[in-house]
Amino acid sequence: MAVATKSHTARWDAGKTRSLLTGLAFISPAIAGFLLFAAWPIFQSFYYSFTDYNIFQPPYWIGLQNYQDLVSDRVYGIALRNTLYMVLIGLPVHLLFDFLMALLLATRIRGLSIYRTIFYLPSITPVVASTIVWLWLFNGQYGVLNEIVSLFGFSKIGWLTDPAFTKPSLIFMGMWFGGNTILIYLAGLRDVPTSLLEAAELDGANALRKTWHVTLPMISPVIFYTLIINVIGYFQYFTEAWVLTATRDGAAGGPLNSMLFYAMYLYQSAFQQFKMGYASAQAWVLFAVVLLATGLLFRFSGWVYYRSEE
Amino acid sequence: MHASDTFSTASAGGPGGLRSRRNQERLGQALAYLICTLVALAFVFPLYWMVSTALKTDAEIFLVPPSLFPADPQWQNFAASTEYIPFWQYMVNTLLICVLAIVGTVTSCSLIAYGFARVRWPGRNGVFIVYLSTIMLPAQVTMIPLYIVFRQIGWIGTIWPLVVPAFFGNALYVFLLRQFFMTIPNELTDAARIDGASELGIFRRIMLPLLKPALATVALFTFVATYRDFLGPLIYLTEQNQWTISLGLKMFQNMYGAQWQLMMAAATLTMIPTVILFFLTQRTFIEGIALTGIKG
Repeated sequence: MAVATKSHTARWDAGKTRSLLTGLAFISPAIAGFLLFAAWPIFQSFYYSFTDYNIFQPPYWIGLQNYQDLVSDRVYGIALRNTLYMVLIGLPVHLLFDFLMALLLATRIRGLSIYRTIFYLPSITPVVASTIVWLWLFNGQYGVLNEIVSLFGFSKIGWLTDPAFTKPSLIFMGMWFGGNTILIYLAGLRDVPTSLLEAAELDGANALRKTWHVTLPMISPVIFYTLIINVIGYFQYFTEAWVLTATRDGAAGGPLNSMLFYAMYLYQSAFQQFKMGYASAQAWVLFAVVLLATGLLFRFSGWVYYRSEE
Repeated sequence: MHASDTFSTASAGGPGGLRSRRNQERLGQALAYLICTLVALAFVFPLYWMVSTALKTDAEIFLVPPSLFPADPQWQNFAASTEYIPFWQYMVNTLLICVLAIVGTVTSCSLIAYGFARVRWPGRNGVFIVYLSTIMLPAQVTMIPLYIVFRQIGWIGTIWPLVVPAFFGNALYVFLLRQFFMTIPNELTDAARIDGASELGIFRRIMLPLLKPALATVALFTFVATYRDFLGPLIYLTEQNQWTISLGLKMFQNMYGAQWQLMMAAATLTMIPTVILFFLTQRTFIEGIALTGIKG
């Protein structure tokens, strides 16, 4: 591929120009979309982040004030910490669970399509509807989860009312939404060449060793992909916590703001308080953190094994 | 790694030999079944509980301990739940947005993917990587400037902010379709090109028919994503008569939070379209998900 491109660029002729124009014509919606919905808003929000802007009056330049305010904003700090909690604890728990379930499903289990359907269904049901169902399951007084808990002799849990339990509750609920990732892993596992697994078996490797030394390296690109996509997604965690905690007057975040997440606070700043400049500064900090996180993941991706490199 | 492999050979080749290995495998399989079944039951339970609650009377939902089955199924709860909020109106609003988003996404993404996969032009790969990197852009970064522009052109309180961007492509689906385009042999298009067909003609007459399964996947994914979306409608649909079903459900919960049986009925009705769609198109879904994971 690379060789072909090189020999092509050596000579520039009318055919080249034509194919360039054809190519650009086909991707023109993407170019327009990129400029309108990505490039321009990025710069615009960077500018807003240095202004005081309530949309009713023109933006007023205040330099680094918004960023300084963020440092001393206690509630913002809570939202940031809660979000990091989800990224650093919730995300690994979820991916590990999804991977283990995929491993089990990949053991040539019978009735696979039934299991697959059951695990996947919560991933396509509307988030608001399913979260409302969980609101009912979590209900402290009449919720069925507390009924199950007391069956085992434990005292009732304040799933959504005890600040110590709220985030673990969210993580617990989040496992239910893992079907999509389970299926991605399952597809990856089925791509692992059986010849390699058989070879390992002949060498006397047991199931654990086969998984560790053959399966894991072979599907490490898939794991890496889900890691990147989900890190970006978890930093934007919003709907579930919003549905569980938002009240009619627009307050949200649960007891002691223990379920207030970054995207929620940003939404409140921008669309409830119309502090567009302040919210833009938050957006840019988020952008920087997400870039840093994905950058680190790429930097330390030596464990990812690409078959084609062989 | 190699050293440890040698050790494992020694230990596994020990007393039990092949038979113990086979037993071990059988035990492992049984364990896999057990765990999968337990987790599957746990996954089904919330949905079961939703439907079961939806069929109870308002007295029965507050029973302690709760009843597993509704004593006297209240089927009219479903009809009642659609009267507390303009349920059908919200459903129509949602489906309209879904259809427009699907049309936009499928049209734009197939054109863009063709340009990236089948037309050879200088700088193509570099541009593609820049385009693909927009997947990593958090929505929060662009949300505020876009809101302000949509407000200036009077689109707040309309469905346009949720629909129009779909006509400008979606990097993830372009990637997916590009993968499909790459699998179609070049001979097919080269022959047409020699016969003097235009690129647009090749795209329409040769590629689109072959691309149907992939387009179905993109359409399905777009439907599910649009149907499930909450943040977009929350920001832009300020007029209550334009709300989507997700916004409506949240309002339902805010207003009639203690009417659990009606909320569960409404939630059930909201889930039904996606569940039916899934059962009708299972294969397209499963293959599409497999494709999103194959990367690098």
